Amino acid sequence: MIPCISPSTPPVASARLWHAVAAVAAALCVAAPALAADTTPADQLKRWTVEAGTPASAERGKVFFNSRHGGEWSCASCHNAPPTTEGKHANTGKPIAPLAPAFNAKAFTEVAKVDKWFRRNCKDVLSRECTAAEKADVMAYLVNLK
Amino acid sequence: MNTSHTPRLSPWLLGGLLAAALPLAAHADSRNLLPRNELKLYHQECAACHLAYPPGLLPATSWQRMMGSLDKHYGSDASMDAATVQQIGTWLQTHAGTYKRVRATDTPPDDRITRSAWFERKHRKIDSPQVWKHASVKSAANCMACHTAADKGNFDDDSVRFPKGLDERFRAAFLDD
Repeated sequence: MIPCISPSTPPVASARLWHAVAAVAAALCVAAPALAADTTPADQLKRWTVEAGTPASAERGKVFFNSRHGGEWSCASCHNAPPTTEGKHANTGKPIAPLAPAFNAKAFTEVAKVDKWFRRNCKDVLSRECTAAEKADVMAYLVNLK
Repeated sequence: MNTSHTPRLSPWLLGGLLAAALPLAAHADSRNLLPRNELKLYHQECAACHLAYPPGLLPATSWQRMMGSLDKHYGSDASMDAATVQQIGTWLQTHAGTYKRVRATDTPPDDRITRSAWFERKHRKIDSPQVWKHASVKSAANCMACHTAADKGNFDDDSVRFPKGLDERFRAAFLDD
């Protein structure tokens, strides 16, 4: 998908060229709300680690990710073990882009998306929201996958 | 030029439209069931997990109930922020029930498209659970297993394929409906 840019001031001398470029960019811009990348996987790891108040553990994150927590699904049910390849929605079969950032440049680059999916998927897997420590561990596991 | 606000079709344009529509008349359901004024947000949010089901396939009451219970959405938490729910909900209401077989008062059980009377009738020959539960099908909700252009709102017979890996003895059920 082509990222949405909002041209404000022409950085080049030719204003006409700039407007033409802006028009093309606007025509190609497909996402209705501008969901610009506003974070990085490393920042998200830091965010949850700070909130948890304890160091994250990739090893713990791996166990957490691959285990079931009382429900039918684990994280790996949809995201694979390890989540370095395209996953598949356990219910619908719809493809899911790899979760490990080294294999998917868009993973964990929007705070709103990170929050939305952690909230939903933790409810599906654990029937509750995840703690900051659990999220930090999972992030540590994911950013370590190369 | 046209000064009125009501768009008028010139006879030429009308003729062209009719000519373009003629080949489609042969198939009862040959048309794109996704609304022309598509909502990007609908695709972005809903089609992240499943097919962008045409809103016309459910009555307004069903969509309304569904949008009010997204935290319990067929076994998954699909909750969204209030503004997004509002925007998608409004669009769904606008296009709800526009498929010709959908009755506004006839909400299917569980608000499932696949439990609609018309759906069951159109798929009555696929009467073996083995077909619906096959690994390449998964469930009746996975339209794309057979309707290869369902993601474009196209459910024509012409674009139906026999699901991968399914036993040949079921093929007869796919030949016509």
